Amino acid sequence: MTMSKLQTAAEACRPIRDGATLLVGGFGQPGTPHTLLGQVLAQGTGELTLVKNDANEPGLGISRLIEAGRVCRLIASHVGLNPLAVAMSHAGRLQIEVYPQGILAEKIRAGGVGLGGILTDIGLHLENPAASRLVEVGGIQYKIEPALRGDIALIHAERADTMGNLVFTGTASNFNPAMAMAADLVIVEAAEIVAAGALDPDQVHLPGAFVDRVVLIESTGSDYGVLKHHALQA
Amino acid sequence: MHYKHRIAQRAAREIRPGQNINLGIGIPTLIMDYLPEGQQVFVHSENGIWGMGRRAAPGCEQPDLIDAGAAYTTCVAGAACFDTLTSFAIIRGGRIDLTFLGALEVGQNGDLANWIIPGKMTPGIGGGMELAQKSRRVVVLTTHVNKSGAPKILKTCSLPLTAPACVGLIITDLAVIEVTGEGLRLRELAAGVPVDEVVAKTEAQLLVPAGQLPTF
Repeated sequence: MTMSKLQTAAEACRPIRDGATLLVGGFGQPGTPHTLLGQVLAQGTGELTLVKNDANEPGLGISRLIEAGRVCRLIASHVGLNPLAVAMSHAGRLQIEVYPQGILAEKIRAGGVGLGGILTDIGLHLENPAASRLVEVGGIQYKIEPALRGDIALIHAERADTMGNLVFTGTASNFNPAMAMAADLVIVEAAEIVAAGALDPDQVHLPGAFVDRVVLIESTGSDYGVLKHHALQA
Repeated sequence: MHYKHRIAQRAAREIRPGQNINLGIGIPTLIMDYLPEGQQVFVHSENGIWGMGRRAAPGCEQPDLIDAGAAYTTCVAGAACFDTLTSFAIIRGGRIDLTFLGALEVGQNGDLANWIIPGKMTPGIGGGMELAQKSRRVVVLTTHVNKSGAPKILKTCSLPLTAPACVGLIITDLAVIEVTGEGLRLRELAAGVPVDEVVAKTEAQLLVPAGQLPTF
């Protein structure tokens, strides 16, 4: 019998509890795990801390969880396309913490690769030297950014095999590989799932060693389609 | 020609063959229409493309291929797609030759503020801080004054900085201004704009060369 990590969305997401920290892939729509987020919404999980590059847009992706009051804290890099999330943060109903995009990714990577944090000189001019943890290496000043991990990562891939080896596509890769390294439980949704051996080992973007559960996207409806307002008009 | 396109057209002349460039949100995006003909330029998009092409034609959009502003885009021959870690390795590792960014304020020493108005506009920095701080050259594209008519080119920025002393050139609807060790030097005028108007609408001290200035 061959081992398989294939599960239904309901089975895969059952361990997600109230108060969990979820790493959620995606830059805008591409790479956002809509099927898994839909399951989290459906099973009623709340008091969540989400880590995602952005807040999607109203009515889409993690914004549905935010709008349903399931999210208390969002760690992101840019939420400019979601005025609802910005308004909720100004009203004190959602705590938003932002980092420079590549630094957020490196904090997550550090969490995934067994490091305590990173040293960075990005945005040092905004730091209060008295309050920041600064170190000097080779005559250059850096600040310490602690590593960031999640309880669970929700990952979107284009293709997976039953071992959890992943292939990404286009700009849907984004935070997914880093996040898939940095959580205790890694759940992946994929548009296509193939048998072990069907992926060329040399073409795998993320090895299945990082992946615990694989879910097939059953409905590739409007969530995964073209958003007309971001397309050129004919 | 609309002033935004005039700025973009002038900005495109700063690009040299073979450069890796990044186009920020807003006016910089329009540079795609004015890239030098027949010369290979590699457009980087921080959400994971090196070799980005023009926006996708209507009906040809691929749901998983967008630019950093969420618009559907294309790849040119020889392009590569990758994750955020790789994308920002290109940026922070110093592989971006030229970045075009918008501005809320520019200081006369090249300070740039373009990401936050405390209490009002707080979207987060995205990739802007790393691009401003680590690109080899930063060119700012902006209107010369803000919506209430106040100068954007200042002695000292009042808003929190994106990055200090990072700007090399400022291209506005009125002028081209270079940031030098001596201060801001007026280089070119938009067609029909007198020097006096540029000086009046610039809070920072401007070095104005004698004689006729080129126009764009």
